[in-house]
Amino acid sequence: MSKRVAITGNEAVAQAMRQINPDVVAAYPITPQTEIVQIFSSFVADGDVDTEFVTVESEHSAMSATIGASAAGARAMTATSSQGLALMWEVLYVAAGLRLPIVAPVVNRALSAPINIHCDHSDTMGARDSGWVQLYSENAQEAYDNLIQAVRIAEHADVQLPIMVTMDGFIVSHGMENAELLDDEVVRGFIGQRTPKHWLLDVDSPATFGALDFADWYFEHRRQLADAQTYVKGVVLEVAKEFAKISGRDYDLFEAYRLDDADFAVVVLNSAAGTAKAVVDDLRKQGVKAGLLKIRLFRPFPHEEMVAALAGKKAIAVLDRADGLSTMGGPVFVDVRSAMYDAPGPKMVNYIYGLGGRDVDTEQIAGVYWDLARIAETGKITSPVTYLGVRE
Amino acid sequence: MAQVLEIRWHGRGGQGAKTAAILLGEAAASAGKHFQAFPEYGPERMGAPVLAFNRISDEPVRVHCHVASPGIVVVLDPTLIGKNDVTAGVPEDGVYIVNTNLSPAEMRARLKVKGGKVFTVDATQISMDTIGRAIPNTPMMGALIKATGLMALGEFIADTRHKLEMKFRSKPEVIEGNIKAIERAYQEVQSE
Repeated sequence: MSKRVAITGNEAVAQAMRQINPDVVAAYPITPQTEIVQIFSSFVADGDVDTEFVTVESEHSAMSATIGASAAGARAMTATSSQGLALMWEVLYVAAGLRLPIVAPVVNRALSAPINIHCDHSDTMGARDSGWVQLYSENAQEAYDNLIQAVRIAEHADVQLPIMVTMDGFIVSHGMENAELLDDEVVRGFIGQRTPKHWLLDVDSPATFGALDFADWYFEHRRQLADAQTYVKGVVLEVAKEFAKISGRDYDLFEAYRLDDADFAVVVLNSAAGTAKAVVDDLRKQGVKAGLLKIRLFRPFPHEEMVAALAGKKAIAVLDRADGLSTMGGPVFVDVRSAMYDAPGPKMVNYIYGLGGRDVDTEQIAGVYWDLARIAETGKITSPVTYLGVRE
Repeated sequence: MAQVLEIRWHGRGGQGAKTAAILLGEAAASAGKHFQAFPEYGPERMGAPVLAFNRISDEPVRVHCHVASPGIVVVLDPTLIGKNDVTAGVPEDGVYIVNTNLSPAEMRARLKVKGGKVFTVDATQISMDTIGRAIPNTPMMGALIKATGLMALGEFIADTRHKLEMKFRSKPEVIEGNIKAIERAYQEVQSE
């Protein structure tokens, strides 16, 4: 049914977009995302999709056009990265506030300054409070699978929220590896048609979108937006269950890798999780009870399940590929530590790593586990936040 | 195959190091293997030193860090030797495959390595003869297949021919030239 192919992350995501066959794609190129929209535009030119492809003059316009199309009732997508996502800022909040089920791949890349084109998570971490659902992907396979599932999650009647699906810039977007692609008909059958309850071009039932909402109702609508987030977890799991039936691949809110009986846990997301799994296997051979929690759904944050998975560990390290610049660690650390407040026990530390594409290797991650073993043994944390692999 | 085979390609912008890594990875995938192929992205300009990497394994490849200790080093441009440390991180029993008209013994002296194996082939001359341009990447793949026994030559050529046919549909002479280059390098590569 599915076929294994040699493919880059960008190619895999472009193929998923071709299979999704959205009504509208409005996009602007930005390294390392450019290939996605370039490849997709060739599908449009070759007549492989029915999509109305809108070339725009900026990412702000790309998101605005996507919002307009989605409000009109279309299945609408865009794709971006880094500065492009930053330029979409204002309208990201509009997409979520209007409850538009837009799906957008985002290729993780650092933000200026200094100028840099390589991977870190500053771009999507900065968008974490915008109301968008965020799914993170370890490799090309997960980026492809997450994008297809995102359509179903976003458009679910209980959710009606935009979703960004991320993958690491260059490391995954430009690296080639094996991935299994589903048949076009299988994907189309899985995602079905979008059936919005309200849509702008519904002349039989006219509605206003994006109306002025002062102190009288704004708060209630924001409260509804927060309420919608509580349904996401259940829908993510429901869609994952159905996706397993067509793909044979299992997805959850996060991946717990050799975590059950682990003493020491690392929490990480995206491509470094793969590197960390190899470290876990190696340490297990040496008798060290190492485990890993790889976050897939970061927004909304699956705190109850995460606390259950991490409770009872001796020490936990959270690895962040973005710095919150708060002097108390990166965004993933702040959330995980906050969630763990009601389940006291594990000592927790944070490592900021890989900013601007700095490589993180197995030796460095093994060093993190040895730090955890020392912290568990002595009960002392000498450095709550460590910059891993930086020249000091 | 023992665990993960790691390869580092040294070349200059325009010589096709990235393309070679990708073609090799795709061929390994066709042979049922798991792989990664990725370049080190830096300032991309003609003539600048570039690196590309492969990991090839029977098991899925999970690590996403750079290749630090490659078992195999392929040097597309011998003028890089001495300027760039092509031996960095290579284990004692590492294999070097160099595009040069020097003999393996002469090249070993230039690389200053004691153990392992050194293979040489004049890939630039082969590409001039067969393709008409100095593009050493495809002949170096032929030398790599011979040196490593990664897969059967026929299997590799069939897959590469298929890839080239998709890319150069309107230029059959380019396809034939590249295939001849691979075959010649496979025959002519020398080892001590």
